[in-house]
Amino acid sequence: MIDILLAILNISFLQAIVNMSTPLLLAAIGDIYSERAGVLNIGLEGMMLIGAFSSFVISYHFNNPYMALIVTIIIGFGLGIFHAFFTVTLKADQVITALGENILALGLTSTLYRIIIGVTEIQPECPGLPVLYIPVINRIPVVGDIMSGSNILVYIAFLMPIITYIIFEYTSFGLSIKAVGENPKAADSLGINVNVIRYIAVIISGIFAALGGASLTIGGLKYFFDNMTAGRGFIAFAAVIFGRYTPLGVFVGTLLFGVSDAFQLRLQTLGIQLPYHIFTSIPYIVTLLVMIFSRQTSFSPKALGKAYVRSS
Amino acid sequence: MSNRKLISFLRIFEKDSVIESVITPIIGLIVGLLIVAIIILLQGVNPITAYQELIFGAIGTKINLFSTLLKFIPLSFTGLAVTLAYRAGVFNIGAEGQLYIGALVATWVAIKVNLPFYLPSLLALISGTIVGGFFAFIPAYLKVEKGINEVLTTILMNYVGINIMGFSVNSFLMEKGQTAPQSPLIERSAHLPIIAKLEGVHLHIGIVLVFVIAFLMHDIFWNTTWGFEIRSVSINIEASKYGGINVKKVIMIVMFVSGAIASLAGSTEVLGVQHRLMENFMIGYGYDGITVALLGGLNPLGVLVAAFFLGALRNGAYSMQIATGIPISIIYVVQAFAILSIISASALYKKFLAEN
Repeated sequence: MIDILLAILNISFLQAIVNMSTPLLLAAIGDIYSERAGVLNIGLEGMMLIGAFSSFVISYHFNNPYMALIVTIIIGFGLGIFHAFFTVTLKADQVITALGENILALGLTSTLYRIIIGVTEIQPECPGLPVLYIPVINRIPVVGDIMSGSNILVYIAFLMPIITYIIFEYTSFGLSIKAVGENPKAADSLGINVNVIRYIAVIISGIFAALGGASLTIGGLKYFFDNMTAGRGFIAFAAVIFGRYTPLGVFVGTLLFGVSDAFQLRLQTLGIQLPYHIFTSIPYIVTLLVMIFSRQTSFSPKALGKAYVRSS
Repeated sequence: MSNRKLISFLRIFEKDSVIESVITPIIGLIVGLLIVAIIILLQGVNPITAYQELIFGAIGTKINLFSTLLKFIPLSFTGLAVTLAYRAGVFNIGAEGQLYIGALVATWVAIKVNLPFYLPSLLALISGTIVGGFFAFIPAYLKVEKGINEVLTTILMNYVGINIMGFSVNSFLMEKGQTAPQSPLIERSAHLPIIAKLEGVHLHIGIVLVFVIAFLMHDIFWNTTWGFEIRSVSINIEASKYGGINVKKVIMIVMFVSGAIASLAGSTEVLGVQHRLMENFMIGYGYDGITVALLGGLNPLGVLVAAFFLGALRNGAYSMQIATGIPISIIYVVQAFAILSIISASALYKKFLAEN
């Protein structure tokens, strides 16, 4: 028991929490835009997988992780357009579309990995994002220590809740998104272009989901394997519901999952005699329990999941 | 999350006529194969050669056809499980976890129980269905009592189920003196009866069970009061409540049975084909069940057709990989485009109807 306490009461455990939360935080915060605009994005999982894959391949091929980051943003943009085209333009069902997208992402990344990288004995590694040293932040006690090994994606992830809060509370763009998600008809009559706002919102979600995936490869392990997101997209989606679609709530939600993930990793490294399957289940079980013990339905945007049909 | 909307959209997949439900998967898969042909072409492989290999690998010889049928069995079970739940307005994405849990319990029973004849396998199948059903019952209970959407809970429970199974074959169910995560071999008395043999390939009785369940389901849906109650729950919950149907009960029972059917995909595979439980022994069959159900028009008989095509695709992909180097994982791209093409075709059709 003391071993466990010692293992979690130190800076490296807090660093692990930050690292484990980053992919979820990026995907979940981006998803707030989409959900608030009324478009469900259960395709986060596939978007993260594609982001993880493409950033790995570009960084591996061109030896340049920052270039990989830019390409991933462009790909995330495309993924957003893809999802929006089906759900906003074609008004297809948002869940089914996402299921199709997730299967597509799994198939495409596994196939392209074998085509581009091939089957190798040693897992090929790509250059990862370098540690970013920011003088002001790194001098703050504790916080500076926690952030000391972090790359740019970690900083973006932890800045996003604040930026998102400001956008939703103080900008007309944020207001438009909320209007479109709550009452598209009223928004339309006020001259807000519902479909354009929804496209933008879903594109933002696509970009950040892809970046969340990138934080697993170029911002983390530096290699790629089939289905490496392993449900993190779904967990991010659950965090958005848990966080009641607010930046602060989602931040707390992803941290909670980050803690459970970091905790299970730490227990594994302690060599506690329990097979790793028990540990890897912890984040999923925590997510389930959190959903059971948090009320959710009443907080969702009123037009969530519904395509907007303009009636004359 | 509006589930009513989802179910009403799914109605475009819902084909009550058998002919329609046969044509839909074929058209979807053709579109998928055409799009994937471009990827194959970019690889410098002639798509026609690749697809010839695929078809040969799937049904070219009797043995290949047998292997395809062995894949058809679990795909049908998971496809039927998803279809049944959908018909009551519930989206069961948890077939993957349910089949792993079903396989785990069936293996455990088959190894522990020592009885003559085929009793151990029967007992194993039944225990698998009970636990698999219970695994699906949890999300159903959370849905009706707590209002938690089942799409997310069933997905999360898949990971839990897969990990429980992985834990078991690495601990108490692990073969003694082995380092590989697998159970000991199941005794011959607990194997499923074989109905046809061809060289090394044995076709087990599970295929009969598939047809029995599919036709039974078809009959129940359209010829019984139960079927009427199930279908009316998905069409209009409020009206069903008003009409005196115990909606909560229907949803919980249907999900239990759905999980039970999904578990058969895992237990029949272990008892009839592999004869031991291995970690990651049938990745993706549960998720493929969703594709099978959607392509099969969410009709039990259409599911059989879609499951056969997807089984053929899975089986043929091995030969295609050996002959042309195109990775097996490309079949997921085919499946995804099949679903997305049907979604977009019907969305466009709806748009066209609305504008005229």
